[in-house]
Amino acid sequence: MRTHYDALIIGAGIVGAACASELAQAGLHVAVVEQEIVGGGTTAAGMGHIVVMDGSLPELVLTSYSQQLWAELLAERPADHEHLACGTLWVAADAEELAEAQAKQARYSAHGIASRLVAAAELYALEPLLRPGLAGGLLVPSDSVIYPPRSAALLIERARNHGAQVISAAVCALRPSGVLLADGQTLTAEAVILAGGIRSQALAPELPLRAKQGHLAITERYPHIIRQQLVELGYIKSAHASSGDSVAFNVQPRPTGQLLIGSSRQFDRSERSVDQAMLAQMLRRAVEYMPALAQLTVIRAWTGLRPATPDGLPLIGPAWQRPGVWLATGHEGLGITTALGTAKLLAAQLLGHSAPIPAAPYLPARFDKETAHG
Amino acid sequence: MQRFEIVVVGAGPAGIAAAVSAAESGAQVCVLDAGAAPGGQIWRGGAERHSRTAARWATRLRQGQQISVQQNTQVVAPLAAGELLVERPDGPQSIGYDRLILATGARELLLPFPGWTLPGVTGVGGLQALIKGGVPIKGRRVVVAGSGPLLLAVAAGLRRSGAEVRLIAEQSDWARLLAFGAQLPLDPARLLQALRLRATLGRTAYRAGCWVEQAHGAEQLEAVTLRHGAQRWREPCEQLACGFGLVPNSELAATLGCAINAGAVVVDYAQQTSVSGILAAGEVAGIAGVEAALAEGAIAGYIAAGRPAQAQPLLARRAAARRFARRLEHTFALRAELRQLASAQTIVCRCEDVHYAALAEHPSWRSAKIHTRCGMGPCQGRICGAATSVLFGWTPESIRPPVAPVALATLITTSSAHSINLEEHV
Repeated sequence: MRTHYDALIIGAGIVGAACASELAQAGLHVAVVEQEIVGGGTTAAGMGHIVVMDGSLPELVLTSYSQQLWAELLAERPADHEHLACGTLWVAADAEELAEAQAKQARYSAHGIASRLVAAAELYALEPLLRPGLAGGLLVPSDSVIYPPRSAALLIERARNHGAQVISAAVCALRPSGVLLADGQTLTAEAVILAGGIRSQALAPELPLRAKQGHLAITERYPHIIRQQLVELGYIKSAHASSGDSVAFNVQPRPTGQLLIGSSRQFDRSERSVDQAMLAQMLRRAVEYMPALAQLTVIRAWTGLRPATPDGLPLIGPAWQRPGVWLATGHEGLGITTALGTAKLLAAQLLGHSAPIPAAPYLPARFDKETAHG
Repeated sequence: MQRFEIVVVGAGPAGIAAAVSAAESGAQVCVLDAGAAPGGQIWRGGAERHSRTAARWATRLRQGQQISVQQNTQVVAPLAAGELLVERPDGPQSIGYDRLILATGARELLLPFPGWTLPGVTGVGGLQALIKGGVPIKGRRVVVAGSGPLLLAVAAGLRRSGAEVRLIAEQSDWARLLAFGAQLPLDPARLLQALRLRATLGRTAYRAGCWVEQAHGAEQLEAVTLRHGAQRWREPCEQLACGFGLVPNSELAATLGCAINAGAVVVDYAQQTSVSGILAAGEVAGIAGVEAALAEGAIAGYIAAGRPAQAQPLLARRAAARRFARRLEHTFALRAELRQLASAQTIVCRCEDVHYAALAEHPSWRSAKIHTRCGMGPCQGRICGAATSVLFGWTPESIRPPVAPVALATLITTSSAHSINLEEHV
């Protein structure tokens, strides 16, 4: 086996898989080191919502750019990704949230993203199960849903077709120009790319990452009882809170006819176990918006750990004070959507090409205390 | 929330013995059971009808002064420590406990082979349940296949119900059966039991070293292909009852954090699990049959009630029952050929329609689950998880709550002590 690579990627989640595909297609000798299975970590725990988010301008830029890349990728073989072009319907509970929907529509429009304000009457025509008394909403047709572990596996397959190797091993330390594996073997590379989600911190403790645990529940099959992914507009407040626990109404139709019900955020819960009280709180929120959900049968609930940074933006680019190490992590709850954009940005920096979107907001060096204070 | 000193989950032999022993030691006991009447799978439909032993235990349970038996009650998930969320016919409820005894029993091991998903193919216990539920069996041709003494009992029951039992196909071979049989006369009760069964079965053919390779039929089972040494033939039948053994129902134990080994809850000499205050008894702690379950249940009940001296005399009975179970396990160990029956197109996960070939390319249960959805359906891997353990040697990952599919409304119930106020934080 070869032990030197152009690029060695740690982690075969959706971000690592996208980076592997991008760099292998660029002609690099790529290895992906995965300690468990492809797409089995946070990638498998998430909703797979390809969504444009506008919590900040860089977030809007990265998510909308990534969504275009997804559209191209999904056009090839949509069924293999279990793609469902369901759109997102942001639900406004009252006049204040409806005003937020209008502001959101204006921001989307300025970035060329089609969206449409929906009055209360049309809201119920679209989704009859929503509770009465809601103010309206914003429909974003270009948003969609995939099954992330499948997409990760397909991206890895594409990387392999371009010569990438997948190595089943645990990395226990970063070494100058390479990594040390748990079995004592050393692999060397021109560039080591850390794409291990929250686990990246075990290898680079200085990374400003915190785990934000999320719960999800899935039902039996109830085909077509909802059509859009439904998210309360209050979600943005809850998603960007930098402390405390929160829940939001966020329900997704799966191609199987099942409903995926989210979402919750809890800081610093290291274990993966379900917190029954948090699950209850999350489901109660869902039932507040859609009372009929109470009658559905839930077959499974689980959790995942979102790797969150202090400013809510990912870490994409060279690690500070670690020559040869690059970061592609810290995507919090948007790793599925932004994986493809991340891969393009990282590849452009690595290969010295011009970046497709401004790279600065995502550069890890923004958290380098020495630079900041020096 | 209702609170009890001791909560027993399951009212099969182990659960009944645990509840009775604990209550007779002075403890306040609550039994939570998913069935309509006490008895579990083995004493299905009311213990009284099965045997004098069963009736005696059922009476003691019924007459227990300090026992609250809650039937049709499904445990959904652990809430806070010492508290379970349950679903009852009248709605969700939280039940508190000081000590918990898990007597959740076992389910049938179903193994995939071509045609196993045809209507007419069931587990042996599944067929018994169907007959009790009123499905007509009189005059229908049945093949009983698989392994173990249960096949004889089931075949006898089928004959009594008027079924035409064409064949009992025991996969284990005569050499093992004879070695086992040679030890039986040492135990007169078991010999008598065996003789009675033999009398009921009359001239029903019993073949050892024989197994079903394939089930045939367009819409419904019409025949099976049987294999016996080099011989292979087609046997017409309308029903096939397969019994390959049992799998402990260890899901609740797993969600409570109890250590599990080879599918069974790990217990010490006093039936205590790795989690303090939680005990386990019966098949969930290792498949060992009714007598072991009764002894283990009683031991667990006495220990949980703080009467270890009372448990002492039962240790020898438990040891004997477990020894017998080990001999059974050895005698009826599944032959390697049974792992090779499924073809590439045989469905292994019925909930999600996942074929054998799609699974075979994966290295682990988790990989297969994530990428093929095997085990993600309503049964949550209870059937295919056990099958893939046999087929591929995989260890199913720890189960996620809810322990069984449940109305979303039930999951909204949390204990008052554990509720959180999120509104402040949002």
